[in-house]
Amino acid sequence: MLEHVVNGLVLGGTYALVAMGLTIQYGIARIMNLSFGDTIIAACFATYLLFSALQIGPILALLILVPAGYGLSLLVYRVIMKPLVDRAPDEGALEVDSILVTFGLLFVIQGVLLTIFGGGYTSYSFMNTAVDVLGTAVAANRLLALGLSLVIGAALVIVLFRTRWGMVLRDVALAPDSAPLFGIDTDRAARRAFAIGGALAATGGVVLSMFQTFTATGGVVFTMKALIVVILGGKGSVPGAIVAGLLLGLVETFVAAYVDPGLTLAAVYTVFLALLLVRPNGIFGKA
Amino acid sequence: MRTPYAFALAAAVLAALAAAPLFLPDYWTGVLLGMTGYVALATAWALFSGPTRYVSLATVAFFGVGAYTVAVLNEALPYPLVLLCAGAIGAVMALVVGLSTLRLAGVYFVIFTFGLAELVRQTVSWWEVNVTYTMGRYVFLPFEGRHIYWQLLALAAVTLLISWGIGRSRIGLALRAIGDDETVAAHAGIDVTRIKLLLFVISATLITLVGAIQAPRWTYIEPSIVFNPTVSFMTLIMALLGGAMRLWGPLVGAIPLFLLFEWLSVSFPDHFSIMLGLLFILIVFVMPNGVLARIETLRKGGRA
Repeated sequence: MLEHVVNGLVLGGTYALVAMGLTIQYGIARIMNLSFGDTIIAACFATYLLFSALQIGPILALLILVPAGYGLSLLVYRVIMKPLVDRAPDEGALEVDSILVTFGLLFVIQGVLLTIFGGGYTSYSFMNTAVDVLGTAVAANRLLALGLSLVIGAALVIVLFRTRWGMVLRDVALAPDSAPLFGIDTDRAARRAFAIGGALAATGGVVLSMFQTFTATGGVVFTMKALIVVILGGKGSVPGAIVAGLLLGLVETFVAAYVDPGLTLAAVYTVFLALLLVRPNGIFGKA
Repeated sequence: MRTPYAFALAAAVLAALAAAPLFLPDYWTGVLLGMTGYVALATAWALFSGPTRYVSLATVAFFGVGAYTVAVLNEALPYPLVLLCAGAIGAVMALVVGLSTLRLAGVYFVIFTFGLAELVRQTVSWWEVNVTYTMGRYVFLPFEGRHIYWQLLALAAVTLLISWGIGRSRIGLALRAIGDDETVAAHAGIDVTRIKLLLFVISATLITLVGAIQAPRWTYIEPSIVFNPTVSFMTLIMALLGGAMRLWGPLVGAIPLFLLFEWLSVSFPDHFSIMLGLLFILIVFVMPNGVLARIETLRKGGRA
């Protein structure tokens, strides 16, 4: 029982982390990024490569891959998203365009990963020793993953809610039309938000790869789960993403443990549907 | 062109296409078959997603359900009944998806459809492994390529006819109003959710039937074969290239792209999905409204 709670929290912590990235991209940059999960998978493979070829551990890999995720996302925004943002007459049009373009990007990233790494399940063994937590054995890498998710998530919340920089980002999320009147460069805020989202996806990938197996085609499921967490928590709400992410991780672990591992996605969808019917705007969403 | 002439021309083209397998070698019948399948898929997709601008990413969820229904029922029931069952299952599934998401903002619908194929694939796999203890099924139906082709051709013609009919009806007008501005449409007295739901169910049922009819092509069917996400992707890209807002748009997009994909998948099997993705991004950038709209703009520009 307790073992499942811990495992659920570990998984949920990672979901919360990556969902924060997606909700920042969608809430501030107004881009619905369907290739988000494939960015996570790409980071998983990059960590695996660093670990197995260069003996660089995941913690150190974080220092390399997170800035890389930031930089690459910035590039993607400049090259692909910016022209669409400039072209879109309204928010709805941008939403459709961004969905389409990132759907294409999904296949590109997936194709590149398939070409390099093939379609098989990949994993590596890192800190795979049991640690005693309140009487149950938990793998050390899972505990580390939970710790990293919490620290990074908390750092992001502090930056968003306690710094001027974070306030600017939240302003753009809240009122994109009035933000320029206060001298806020919305374009720069959107660019940064998209890049932070990419950096969080990279973080999530590194953390996930420490305790889970991954495949080149697994990105869709991660995007899906991150999207569901975002919707559950309320679009653009960071605290909502954290609560919903943990909830989803727990639901998934318990269904896998007590019902059937093959039904986890079905369970996730059921939670999603039930919530859509009761609270269409999410747990923390405003009507 | 006046409507009666257009119909006569369309009927003549249809007759010529139907006669084609009698003269063509089997390989080209196969190509025509695949192409007709995608024309039907893209037209059915655009039926709903074109005017409403609700991007559905779940084409293969319905397509796969159709194919799988045939795989499960082909020995138990006569073929026409199997098709009927497949269509009914597709319609019910669309109704459930539509009822739960279409009253909300478009983005919920997109998200839901995005994962639907994966959900259905995993659930069907789970069911087969744990309940029926079979993984993979065989389809034994006495059909050759050309029989399947004729059925698909008929379905594609029906799909185009439905699309044409809807475009001229009050529903078509209501749909265009919803696509332009949902709030205004609702205030003008249109039951927005009902219209969207109706169109989604029609479109999804047609897509399910395409999958059902194509099922005998595989002989051996398992979830990972029929729920291949590339189908959703190719349908979307074809409809977009031609122009999802027009009657002939999806057809105009499907024919060249199908030939291109056929060539690409043979010449570059390992890099197929990369090229597909890049091509798709390019289309979104260069021709967001499709080839037909582009040609129209160019012609207008030339005259002005």
